[in-house]
Amino acid sequence: MSAIFEVRNLKRSFGGLAVTNDVSLSMAPGDRVALIGPNGAGKTTFVNLVTGNLEPDAGEVRIGGESVTNVNAIDRVRRGLVRSFQVTRLFQDMTPAEHVALAILQRDGRAGRMFGNFLSMPGVMAEVGVLIGKLGLRDLAHRPVREIAYGQQRLLEIAMALALKPRVLLLDEPAAGVPQSDTGRIERALADLPDDLAVLMIEHDMDLVFRFAKRVIVLAAGTVIFDGSPADVTKDPRVREAYLGSYADASSAA
Amino acid sequence: MTTATTNQAEAPLLSGRHGLGRDLAALAVILVLAVIGYLLFPNNLALLTRIMAIALLVLSLDLVTGYCGVATLGHAALFGSGAYAAGIAAVHFGITDPLLMVAAGIIGGALAGLVCGVVILRAHGLPQLVLSIALIHLFHEFANKASSWTGGSDGLAGIAPDPLFGIFAYDLWGRTAYVFAVVLLAIVFMFLRLVVRSPFGMLCRGIKEDPIRIQAMGGSPTIALLKMYVISGAVAGVGGALNAVSTQVVGLDSLSFTLSAESLVMLVLGGTGSLFGAVTGTIVFMLFEDLVSAANPFHWLTMVGALLIAVVLFAPKGLYGTVAEVLARRRGAGR
Ligand SMILES: Nc1ncnc2c1ncn2[C@@H]1O[C@H](COP(=O)(O)OP(=O)(O)OP(=O)(O)O)[C@@H](O)[C@H]1O
Ligand SMILES: [Mg+2]
Repeated sequence: MSAIFEVRNLKRSFGGLAVTNDVSLSMAPGDRVALIGPNGAGKTTFVNLVTGNLEPDAGEVRIGGESVTNVNAIDRVRRGLVRSFQVTRLFQDMTPAEHVALAILQRDGRAGRMFGNFLSMPGVMAEVGVLIGKLGLRDLAHRPVREIAYGQQRLLEIAMALALKPRVLLLDEPAAGVPQSDTGRIERALADLPDDLAVLMIEHDMDLVFRFAKRVIVLAAGTVIFDGSPADVTKDPRVREAYLGSYADASSAA
Repeated sequence: MTTATTNQAEAPLLSGRHGLGRDLAALAVILVLAVIGYLLFPNNLALLTRIMAIALLVLSLDLVTGYCGVATLGHAALFGSGAYAAGIAAVHFGITDPLLMVAAGIIGGALAGLVCGVVILRAHGLPQLVLSIALIHLFHEFANKASSWTGGSDGLAGIAPDPLFGIFAYDLWGRTAYVFAVVLLAIVFMFLRLVVRSPFGMLCRGIKEDPIRIQAMGGSPTIALLKMYVISGAVAGVGGALNAVSTQVVGLDSLSFTLSAESLVMLVLGGTGSLFGAVTGTIVFMLFEDLVSAANPFHWLTMVGALLIAVVLFAPKGLYGTVAEVLARRRGAGR
């Protein structure tokens, strides 16, 4: 199948330190890829570069076969490249229903409407109900975000990303900070994603990675050191070496 | 407890709160205040009319500062442009119908809002503030130099508005002007209530808190803020035109840094990010100024300064914001 998302020779350094060092990868619709690597490997930086939040030194990003290297961050989202944030970025005074409704209206180009209150727009709220229900946030739908637990805020981040109906979804540690009892919801939401959506998930929780991913990419010190099946990743000597010392920390922290 | 949760889970998400009841309550509050003002100060309706014109400026400032987080010390540029547009329409083009003068003010204010927005929104934080100060000085200087149109430092005099609807003349006591002001303020206020709780209003609140997050949703902060600046200009333009109609002169002070800074003070005094806060701040500041400057013309600014410091230190959400918060907490505790 042809690639929906392609990155070629992406490079970025901060003050001489190559944080993204010639990274290339390609994903087809329906791919379920996990991007793993020790802390500081450059995973979040990679996401920032491909979404246009950070300027690369060199390299190319393509969505649906078209180069978006010179397209700004907003238009990349409109072309279907959507991310979630490692540390939640939500609006403290708004409710989950408002967050998801805003994302839906934004997707449909209606967020600039100056009249009407989306809490009384049946079409929008029906969709909000489905998304919020899927992530188990229904009881909290009308509570301001600052009053809800961090783990549930993470679930809201995912609901917002899904509301945008992406073609390529980049999830930066969706389960970090989510209590064990709730990771099941994330897994179910991930399992429920549309079949033609390409998903790249950054995650430290290896159980989650093995259940979710058909393919694993390992990043260490800004370089891709492994790109293959989950079955092979733990056997790879370079991966073992990269994780020596840090893997134990990372998995217990996750 | 358990039943409550299940019920909630099954209840439709659609919320029945359209806010109509609260809108009517807000309208009633404004009209009641207007009647009280009329009864308390029958001989000083001109002051009350001016308060309402300035309240429109402060509401307009609240849109960009309170709801969008834009820092500006030049917002009178929008108000003054509206005032001059209405005045010039009357003096140079013979458009003396009060409603058409207000329309001219809306157009003038909106255009000024567009210009100021394009310039100010290029920067953030301190540079943004400096740009806004530069703009108000440029507007002021421009009006000063274009004296054949604006009357320069003498002001634009000779504005003689027609009777309202051809019936109600602008009388010496300012009754017509007062009623005109109340109606304009009430209409604008209700319009803004709709805007701030619309999807667009929600988008702007999001931009104020985290523009990067809005971008990650595919939204453009710059376009939304520019739109808000134009709306803000239209609102300030109504205030400027109202001032031109009611005082029948437009002076350079309507395009001044002082008025810009004072409007920010009024907004902070009442509470940013709430429409009632903007109106409260204006009423308190201007009545206080009127009372204290009459009692003690030399030290009234000192007293205003003391009041402001007290509010910022002890009621950081402003007079209205703090009271509203206390009431909300009481109600929450009572449940
Ligand atoms: N804006 C920046 N300026 C300077 N250095 C940066 C910047 N952003 C990231 N870095 C550095 O780049 C490296 C990679 O950071 P990044 O956040 O991409 O790692 P990560 O793989 O996402 O780690 P984690 O698993 O902890 O989230 C780190 O050493 C970090 O300090
Ligand atoms: Mg990271």
